Amino acid sequence: MRYSQKCMATEENKNAASGSGAQTGSQEGFVYLPLIAGWLVPGAGHFLLRKWGRGALLAVSIVSMFALGLAMQGKVYANAHDILDILGLAGDLGNGLLYFVSRLMGWGAVQVQVTTADYGTRFIVVAGLLNVIAAVDAHNLRTGRKS
Amino acid sequence: MTHFAAVALFALFASTVFGITQRETPRQMLRYGIYCFLLFVGAAIALSWLMYFIAR
Repeated sequence: MRYSQKCMATEENKNAASGSGAQTGSQEGFVYLPLIAGWLVPGAGHFLLRKWGRGALLAVSIVSMFALGLAMQGKVYANAHDILDILGLAGDLGNGLLYFVSRLMGWGAVQVQVTTADYGTRFIVVAGLLNVIAAVDAHNLRTGRKS
Repeated sequence: MTHFAAVALFALFASTVFGITQRETPRQMLRYGIYCFLLFVGAAIALSWLMYFIAR
């Protein structure tokens, strides 16, 4: 390819940009499935992509962090009255089904009453944020942005 | 659970996720995970000593 054709819309460049070729087989199906599955169940996005080791480590890390947060009587945000509550609720929602199940079962404290509960609240929020990172990573693997 | 145990567990789980999601190969993941873990724990210890001297 000549230098002048390097960034032009030649057939070769179009194929490279669209990811055709070796990645074509992995681009079939609903592309957002690993993202949604990874959000709902920690590690599930990687399991769908047959990344068993990574998925297991992510699942153990996120579920353990969430469980430790609950064990420390951390608060599970149910509603948002101010900006900090909104941020906490957004972080908690990152846990996907773990959050909804804990709400349904009434797990977690409503009010922070002991010192460790403050740590527990942060553990739950950070578990949700880490789960979002993991779900986005599964999406990147699915789209071929990451190998 | 002691405060340090909570910090160590937090660092362990967060570093695991950071290592897996921010690097490509298993070797790079392990190295970055260990790097993050040491930074988490090191920063916690350094800030703890800082607060100890400020409080005196």
